[in-house]
Amino acid sequence: MTINRWLHLAVLAAAIALPWALRAFGAEFYLSVASKILVFAIAATSLNLLLGYGGMVSLGHAAFVGLGAYASGVLLSEGVTSSGVHGLVTVAITGIAALAIGAISLRTRGVYFIMITLAFAQMLFYLANSIKGYGGDEGLTVRTRMLLPFGIDLRQPDSFYFVALAVLAAVLLLLSRFAASRFGRAVQALRDDELRAEALGLPTFACKLVVFVAAGVLAGIAGALSVNLQGYVSPNALHWTQSGTLLVMVILGGAGTLWGGVAGAAALLLLQELLAARTEHWEFWTGWVLLAVVLFARRGLAGLFARRST
Amino acid sequence: MSALLDVRGLNKRFGGLVVTDQLSLQVQAGEVHALIGPNGAGKTTLVAQLAGQLASDSGTVHFDGHDITKLVAHQRARRGLLRSFQITRLFKSLSVRENMAFAVQASQGRSFAAWAPVRRDTPLFEQAQAVLERIGLAAKADASIEQLSHGERRALEVGLTLAGRPRLVLLDEPMAGMGAQESDAMAALIASLRRDCAVLLIEHDVDAVFRLADTVSVLVNGAIIASGRPDAVRGDPAVIAAYLGEPEDAA
Repeated sequence: MTINRWLHLAVLAAAIALPWALRAFGAEFYLSVASKILVFAIAATSLNLLLGYGGMVSLGHAAFVGLGAYASGVLLSEGVTSSGVHGLVTVAITGIAALAIGAISLRTRGVYFIMITLAFAQMLFYLANSIKGYGGDEGLTVRTRMLLPFGIDLRQPDSFYFVALAVLAAVLLLLSRFAASRFGRAVQALRDDELRAEALGLPTFACKLVVFVAAGVLAGIAGALSVNLQGYVSPNALHWTQSGTLLVMVILGGAGTLWGGVAGAAALLLLQELLAARTEHWEFWTGWVLLAVVLFARRGLAGLFARRST
Repeated sequence: MSALLDVRGLNKRFGGLVVTDQLSLQVQAGEVHALIGPNGAGKTTLVAQLAGQLASDSGTVHFDGHDITKLVAHQRARRGLLRSFQITRLFKSLSVRENMAFAVQASQGRSFAAWAPVRRDTPLFEQAQAVLERIGLAAKADASIEQLSHGERRALEVGLTLAGRPRLVLLDEPMAGMGAQESDAMAALIASLRRDCAVLLIEHDVDAVFRLADTVSVLVNGAIIASGRPDAVRGDPAVIAAYLGEPEDAA
C-alpha cells in the first residue's frame, strides 16, 4: 500500500468516527453541518471531474444538482419513497438532461461554452420557478424521506451522515480509478490539446460528452441527497450563483486533484459557518481567503498536501 | 495498381479565396512523396483536408481503396492516416513516455475503459518504448516535455504519428527550425519509414526533399502543377518559373 492509500483510509476512518467525536464534545449540532459538507463535496467533486479533469468550465453545473433535487423532491411529494425508484429517476433525468445539454454545448469552446451552459441552467431555473404545482418560486417542502433498505431512516442525522459518506467515498473511488485509467489518460490528453488528441485517433467529442454526462449525473445524486437532508428545494438551487459557489469550491480545493472538491466544500462551508457567526460580511473575508489560495497555492488546498505520487 | 491515397478534384475556399483548386494527387504505398511549393500555396490547408481537420467543399479522397471523404479526423487516424503538425503540439502534462503511450492507445481504441489502471498495460508501454527507441528518445522517456530540446520535441512530434503502425503519415515541415545535425537525423528517420508506411512530406528544405523523395509534387495556388521523379520535376520549366527559380549556371 502506498502512503497515499493509508492517508485516504485515515481520512475515511476519521470521517466514520466523527459522529461519536461530536457527541463526546457535546457538539451534535455540527453533524448537520458535516452532512451538508458531504453533499456539497459530492456536487463539487462532480464539477471537479468536468472542470479539473476534463478542462470544461461550466457556469451551469448547479442546474444538475437542482434537477436531481427536484426529481427526488417531486417523487417524495407524490408519496413515492422507494430509494430504488429515486435512484433510477434521478440518474435518468439528470443523465438525459446532461446528454442533451452536453451534445449542444460541447460544440462550442471556451467562453462560448461558459455562456451556453449558463443559458441552459437559467432556462431550467425559470422552469423551476414556473412549476406552481411543486412550490413555484417558493420552493418545494417535503415531509417524508426516501426509504432505504435495512430500515435506514434518513431523518436520523447519523443515518443520513453515513449514507452521504458512503456515496462520497464511492464517488472518490470511481474518480481515482478513472484518473489512472485509459479513459482518464485520454481525457487528460484532450484537455492538453484536443486537436492533437483527435488527430491521433481519439473520438474527443464522445469523450467529452461521457465526462459531461457523468458529471451531470453525479451532481444530480448530490441534489437528491440534499432534498432528503433539508426536506426542501427551491429554484435558487439551480441559480447560476450556485454554480459559481461550486466553481469557487473546486478552485479553492484544487481543480484536477482527487480531493479538490471535498477540500473546497469543507473549507468554504466551514469558513461560512465560522465567519457568519461573527460578522455579516463573511463573504468579504471569504474573498480574501480565495484570493490567497489563487495567488499562493495554485493547485488549491488539496494541492498543498498532495505530492505527485508515482 | 491503385494508389494508397487517391485524391480527386479537391476544393476548398475561404470566402472569395480559393485555397485548394481542383487538386488531384496520388500517393503510392511505401513511397516518400514530397510536396513542395511557395509560401501560401495551400500546403498546410491540404494536410488539414487530407487528415480530416478541415472539411473540403468538394472532391473525393480514397484511402486504401475506401472512400474516406466523409470521415472525420479521428476516423481517418484509426484507418492509418496520421499527420504531424508544423507547430509542435504535444501533451504538456504527460511525460515523453506517456505522450507516446497515449498515441499508441489512441490508435488502438478502447479509450473509454475507466476502471483498470493504464499503468499496468505492459504491451501498450512496450509498443511505446519501441517507437521511442526508433526516434532516439528512449533515454528521455521519463522527461517532461519542458525538458526536451527543440529538436527532441520535433522528433516526438513526428514520432507520435508512428505509434500505431500507420499506413500513411503526413509530415508538415518536420525539419522546421532544426540545426543541421538534427535535420540529418530526421532525414534518416523519414528515409527509414519507407519500410513501414508511405510518407507525404511537406518541407521547405529543397535539398533534403530531393535527396529523400521518391516522388515530388509541386503545389502552386492550390493546384499540383507537376508531379514525378525528383530529377524530372527539378528540370520542369513550369516548376522553375513558379517556384525553384533559374539554376545559377543558366543565368
